[in-house]
Amino acid sequence: MGQGQPVVSTRQATTAPKRGKDTDLTRARTRLAWLLLTPTLAIVAFIALWPLLQTIYLSFTNARLASTSPTKFIGLENYAYLIQDQQFRQSIWVTVQFTALTVVFEFLLGLGVALVINSNFKGRGLMRTAMLIPWAIPTVVSAQMWKWMYNDIYGVINDLFRRFGLISQNVAFVADPGTSIPAIAAVDIWKTTPFVALLLLAGLQVIPGDVYEAAYVDGANRIQQFFRITLPLLRPAILVTLIFRTLDALRVFDVFYVMFGARQDTQTMAIYNQQNLVNFSDLGYGAAISMAIFIIIGIFVALYVTFLKVEEA
Amino acid sequence: MPESRSNIVSRGLFYFLVAVILVYTMFPFYWALKSSFTPTNELFKTPVEYWPNSPTLAHYGTVFRNNVFLVALLNSTIVAGSVTILSLIIGAFGAYALGRFRFRGRSPVLYLVLSMTMFPQIAVLGSLYNMVNRFGLFNRLGALILTYLIFTLPFTVWVLTNFFKAMPSELEEAAYVDGATPFQTFYKVLLPLAAPGLVTTGLLAFIAAWNEFLYALSFTQTPDRYTVTLAIFNFAPQTSGGFEIPWGPIMAATVVVTVPLVVLTLIFQRRIMAGLTAGAVKG
Repeated sequence: MGQGQPVVSTRQATTAPKRGKDTDLTRARTRLAWLLLTPTLAIVAFIALWPLLQTIYLSFTNARLASTSPTKFIGLENYAYLIQDQQFRQSIWVTVQFTALTVVFEFLLGLGVALVINSNFKGRGLMRTAMLIPWAIPTVVSAQMWKWMYNDIYGVINDLFRRFGLISQNVAFVADPGTSIPAIAAVDIWKTTPFVALLLLAGLQVIPGDVYEAAYVDGANRIQQFFRITLPLLRPAILVTLIFRTLDALRVFDVFYVMFGARQDTQTMAIYNQQNLVNFSDLGYGAAISMAIFIIIGIFVALYVTFLKVEEA
Repeated sequence: MPESRSNIVSRGLFYFLVAVILVYTMFPFYWALKSSFTPTNELFKTPVEYWPNSPTLAHYGTVFRNNVFLVALLNSTIVAGSVTILSLIIGAFGAYALGRFRFRGRSPVLYLVLSMTMFPQIAVLGSLYNMVNRFGLFNRLGALILTYLIFTLPFTVWVLTNFFKAMPSELEEAAYVDGATPFQTFYKVLLPLAAPGLVTTGLLAFIAAWNEFLYALSFTQTPDRYTVTLAIFNFAPQTSGGFEIPWGPIMAATVVVTVPLVVLTLIFQRRIMAGLTAGAVKG
């Protein structure tokens, strides 16, 4: 998925003024607060925490989906198998390549685009709106659009590449193992760069203009201004963007599934996991894969939360 | 003041850059649109034509006669609509507590909600599959409505908490002085003020639910339960004995699914940006 990514506020809480300890009102408010939180916490517990505990448990068993044979506890067997599972290793490698390509290009292109739309020009509002559209479209839809554009005989990309003399013969971008990862990365880069640009733009716009004026007076040129002012002040926005994009890229599913199906040489971690769980009904082994993915992503989440020190209560 | 030549050049370069960005962003949409109006024989012809020479609505006819697709539009509307309403109701309560109350345990709950917004859905796919089966929800829309809350609810709580936090506390105090209970204060004073926040987060939740694919693929089976993403993924070949991929109708279907989202995005552009960057990157 990775659509409605929230962005974090590190602003201070503006809670109601402090009242004397243990007044009736304080106690009443605390009780009400927990009451109001109950539905949220109940749902989170029911569809996330409990299933997560289940996943941990299942990863030590040989459970199968919709099977009548009793589930047995098999200790670390799944994990022992996981460590030497070539197919899983392959899926990690595919995911890592995709993540590296997309995060780097989305950041660099996004920063460039953000700097362009940060200047004042006619039609800037329109441009910003246009930037949101690729983000709002379902990944499945954009993947289908690109799959057609990549078509080896009738595809427009082959035609364009030939016109510009980049290739002399049509390429089956999606089928050819040599081009499939860059080709799919290009789809994600197209879809997400505008969004990255908008996030960075939001960061650019809170940099006060007088900082630049002062630098200008001091004789700093554009390039110095960029490296000495823009980049350092943009650091929080850059951090948020990079970590979010990394998390999203690591759990990529839709675009690969639509463009390549469950083709073995281009399975991502998430696809390999889904295949084991749903198609092979191997709940126990699938759970072990899930745990591995959860841990990998968990490390990034921990980094993220630490870097942004949410706020003190 | 007459512009200097170098100024004109740099301005020209700038607009050229803007044009490149726009073409890059919009070309795939143009291509889907163009293909959706191009008759099949022209679509499968080389060299590629960049303009539909004899535009046709045939592919749209195919799409709107396709029951699976129409049912999928309805299913997606039901699922995304229900998920949005549930997230808003439940999320507004939670966000009110987190945004305006000071109590022990608030901080851990905030951390929990924040980390939940980054929860990898794949990690609980198997357990949820089990659960969905056990409750007899497999291949039912209810399974999607329930499980989609895993990504819409934490997000809604998080963004709405920021909205509630930003409200001036004088309002609340005035309501107390007038003798309102905290709950009355919530739905008579604060909730109406949070309306823009509700619209924003509701919209984001709706888009996320409308676009979901993994759970829909895993928890539904028959075409009558497809959501739009599944329907577009599974668009069945109907010509050439069922072997040729029907790119024309697929492109028409992608246009049909895309148009409402584009309209929503155009109308709520400011709100969406505000929601996504809510107080955000500002450090």
